[in-house]
Formats: sequence, structure tokens, C-alpha cells
Amino acid sequence: MNALLTNVFAGLALGSTYALVALGFVVIFKSTGVINFAQGGLLALGAYLGYTFAGDLALAFGVAVVLACLAAAVAGASVERLVLRRMVGQPPFAVIMITIGLLFVIEPLITAIWGFHTLNVPNPWNIRTVEIGGLVLGVRDLWTIGLTAVVVVGFFLFFRYTAFGLAMRATAFDPEAALAQGISARRVYAVSWAIAAALAALAGITLAAGPGGLSPSISFIALAAFPAMILGGLDSPSGAVLGGLIIGLAEALTRGYQDQLFSWAGSNVSVIVPYVLMIVILLIRPYGLLGTKDVRRI
Amino acid sequence: MPTNVPTSPPVLAVANLEVVYDDVVLVLRGLSLEVPAGAVVALLGANGAGKTTLLRAVTGLLIAHRGRIVKGSVTLDGTDVTGADPARVVRGGVAQVMEGRRVFAEMTVEENLRAGAHSRPRAEYRESLTRVLDLFPALASRRRSTAGYLSGGEQQMLAIGRALMASPRLLLLDEPSLGLAPRLVEQVRDIVERINQQGTSVLLVEQNAVMALSIAHHGYVLEVGKVVRDGPAADLLVDEDIREFYLGSTEGGRRSFAQVKSYRRKKRWSA
Repeated sequence: MNALLTNVFAGLALGSTYALVALGFVVIFKSTGVINFAQGGLLALGAYLGYTFAGDLALAFGVAVVLACLAAAVAGASVERLVLRRMVGQPPFAVIMITIGLLFVIEPLITAIWGFHTLNVPNPWNIRTVEIGGLVLGVRDLWTIGLTAVVVVGFFLFFRYTAFGLAMRATAFDPEAALAQGISARRVYAVSWAIAAALAALAGITLAAGPGGLSPSISFIALAAFPAMILGGLDSPSGAVLGGLIIGLAEALTRGYQDQLFSWAGSNVSVIVPYVLMIVILLIRPYGLLGTKDVRRI
Repeated sequence: MPTNVPTSPPVLAVANLEVVYDDVVLVLRGLSLEVPAGAVVALLGANGAGKTTLLRAVTGLLIAHRGRIVKGSVTLDGTDVTGADPARVVRGGVAQVMEGRRVFAEMTVEENLRAGAHSRPRAEYRESLTRVLDLFPALASRRRSTAGYLSGGEQQMLAIGRALMASPRLLLLDEPSLGLAPRLVEQVRDIVERINQQGTSVLLVEQNAVMALSIAHHGYVLEVGKVVRDGPAADLLVDEDIREFYLGSTEGGRRSFAQVKSYRRKKRWSA
């Protein structure tokens, strides 16, 4: 029983990370109609910035996290401003290719600055654990789940109650009608990128603070968050969170019971589980769990 | 040859406007018109005459359609806004009700109205909301409903209400009576009249010429991107050609379609 709970807990922590990244995908997709493949690059950038703030500059970890998110947000908005704004109104295919190109530009940039070796982000969590009712829980996992919960709640409050959140929803629903209300589409696009980058940065730092440390391969996590977004429904923020948690749980549980149940499938079967799950769910619900039926797919 | 001489500068003045879509299709060919302060101006014309394009050119929405102003000017209260971006035009006091309502169907009625007030300071919101809900009691009772579930008439009211949330000095209405039952058309008519009485100038684009001319002070007739007729609404309403083309009635009773066609071929204003 305890083993199961431990696995579920690990799954929730992993799923929280996926949920953050998937939310970033959804924010950009909803407002601009583009799937941002550079999300993984922004995640890595955020994590490395966090390392610089916490390690090189020796700032308090909390301060470093906030600064890294802000810096990533600025980077995201700049990418939008410098590159993607020129592509507004162009075919989505071209824009998506640009985001893929961006990913391949950001990654070498990161290795050029920070190198290839694994870095340790100084952080108060490390591999510390707490014991609650006989259950051994990682401090970092608890923080990841907690921070994600706070961010997700803040995210939904922002879109429901603030004027700018409303403007973003209006633009997502009908860009031209939103323009006619005097809503600046440019600002909406820039803020979408900023939000997505900040979410990715938060996911990146919480990951980098873990036992694996920080290496350039951290950007691959976005690839695993990709099925989370698709599975939840491309245009649904709550679907992204749900999808993230489902994928995280599935991956952690497979890993936990790999030796007993999936030994025939080799030792790394948990890595493909997200994709298998995505395929199965898309076969049953082609528009994702909570997605809009008529959403444009590419 | 505008007949009325405005005493104050017009709210909207469009001069020799030429608009091109996709760098090829010339839709407006030197169009000029004026909306005097406090007036209701009707803009009539067949499909494809360029009515909607004119509205887009005024509000800056051409960019969303790969359109571009190549010549001429748009002035609001004497300020040049030719090719300005939509946010600036809305802040300058122009609100547009787009053809086909275009309410944000996933949002509630109140959220739609909040979106309409986007360009205004937050402090004004309560006041504007009271004003608009006063004008549309039907919306007041459905504030929390999802806009997509409203009836067509209610959605049109919501679209107009949303535009009024920006406290415009000039309201552009693109075919507000489209697809509405006759009684609802009358309701729209009354509302436009009330909005005008409250001090907002109105540019009314309509296929329903009787309705439009019955509340307008002045009317323009558009044909292939040009103004071919204009004059006081009362004059246009009794004009034989207008009656023939837009009101579908003639002095000599019913006529066969064949005859109408030959008549049209012989007589075009722009020819």
C-alpha cells in the first residue's frame, strides 16, 4: 500500500511539471493558434537562469526562482516581438517550423554559455525527505506539487477576473472581434509568450533542483509534456492540467511496477507510456479529453 | 455634392478612400462621405459594394483581411487616423458592431460587456454597465448566461451593448437587422434612435433600406466602391430609383423580372 502511495505521489509531482509545461503550450496555442515547439528550449533557459541566480550570484533560492521566471518571461516576450510578430497572419505551418528552428537555436546557445556537464543548482530541497504517516515524501516533490497548485489557481483566477485575462480569452475566441473592442492583439500575443515561458521556467527549475541535477537534456521533458497537452485537448487549460497529471501518474506507476508487471517490455517502458496513452485517448476522443470539438488541428 | 453644411467638424470624414485587398483587388475607388456630429447616416448598397470594407478601413480592421488603404484619408473630429491601429481608433471614440454579431459565445453576457469596456478606465465600468443594461433590459436578466445560448435577437442586442460599453461618440453598425424577425428589426431601429438621442452619432450600414432611411438624417448609396447618390434621407426615401432598387416597389405596380433586368442594364448611376 505504501509503495503504491509513494508511486502516486511521485506521479503527481512529475505530472505537476508536465502540467506547467502543457499549460504553456495551451496558452500560446489558444491566443495565436500555434504550437510552440520551442517550449523545451524556454524551459531549459529558465532552469539555467535559475542556476546562474542561485549558484553564480548566490541569491536565495526563492529569489532565484522568481527572477528566473521573470527573465524567462522577458525572453519569451522578446522572441515573440522579434520573430513571431512578423509571422502574424502567415500560414501556421511556417510559424510552427519557426518555433522548431528556435528550439535548435536555443539549445546550442545554452551549451555555449553553460557547457554540457551536469550542474547542481544550490537549493534547500535536494534529496531531503519528510515522513508523513509512514510515507516518505521528497521535499522537492511536495514543493513542486504545491507551487504548481498555486500557479494553476492563480492562472485560472487571472483569466476569469482580470481585464487583461478577459482580453486574452476574447482574442483566443475571435481575434477580429477582440480587435474591434480595442484589445491590442500584439500585447496579447506577447503576454501569452511571457506566461508560457515563465511556466516553463518554473517547471525547469523544480526539475533541476531534483536529484538528476541540471544538464542540457532537461529540455526533453517538454516532449513528454506534449502528449499531456494533446491528450487534455489542445485548447483547454484545465485539460492541460488534467492531462499532465494523468501522464505523470501513468509514467510513475509504470516505472514503479515495471519489474513485476512489465518486465517483458524491457527496462525503459515508462518512457513510452505517455505516448501510448496519448494515442489510445486520441483514438477514442480525437479532440482530447476536454478540447473543443471543432478545434483546428495540425 | 453633400447637401448639408455641417456647423461643427464632422465626427467622421472619409475622403477619396481607395482600399486594396491582397495588393490586387480594388474594393473602394475614391469613396468620400461624412458623418456630421449627432447625426444618423445610412449607407446603402448591394452585396460587394464595399460597405463593410469602408467600416474596416475606418476602424483599422483591414489588417485582419490583408487589406490596405492606398489612397485618401480618414479623419475623426479633425484628427487623421488613416491606417491607425484598431485600439487607437476605439480609444478615439469609435465603436463598431460587426456584421454577424460576433459575440464571444463562450463567455457570459457580462464578460462580453466587460470586454467591450476594455478601452475605458475601470472607474467608468459600473456607470457604463448601468447605462447599457438600462437600454437592454433583456440582457440585465441574463447577465450570467453564456452568450452563445442567447437568441439571435438577444445576441444582436449584446453586440450593440458591447460596443456601447466603449462610450463611443460614433457607432458603426454593420447590418444590425440581418436575420432578425420584423418585430426585432423594429426594436433595433428604436434602439438606434435612442442611442442617437443620447448623443452618439451613428453610421448605419443596411440592406434594409426602409428601416435605415426612416431613422437616418442623411443617406449614401454605394455601388462598386463609390458613392453614386447621396442626400437627405427623406429625399432618398421618395426617390424613384432608390425605390426601384432597394425598396422593391414601383409606381406602376408589379413588373416582371425580365423588365427590371433590362431597366437595370440601361440605367446605372455609376455608368
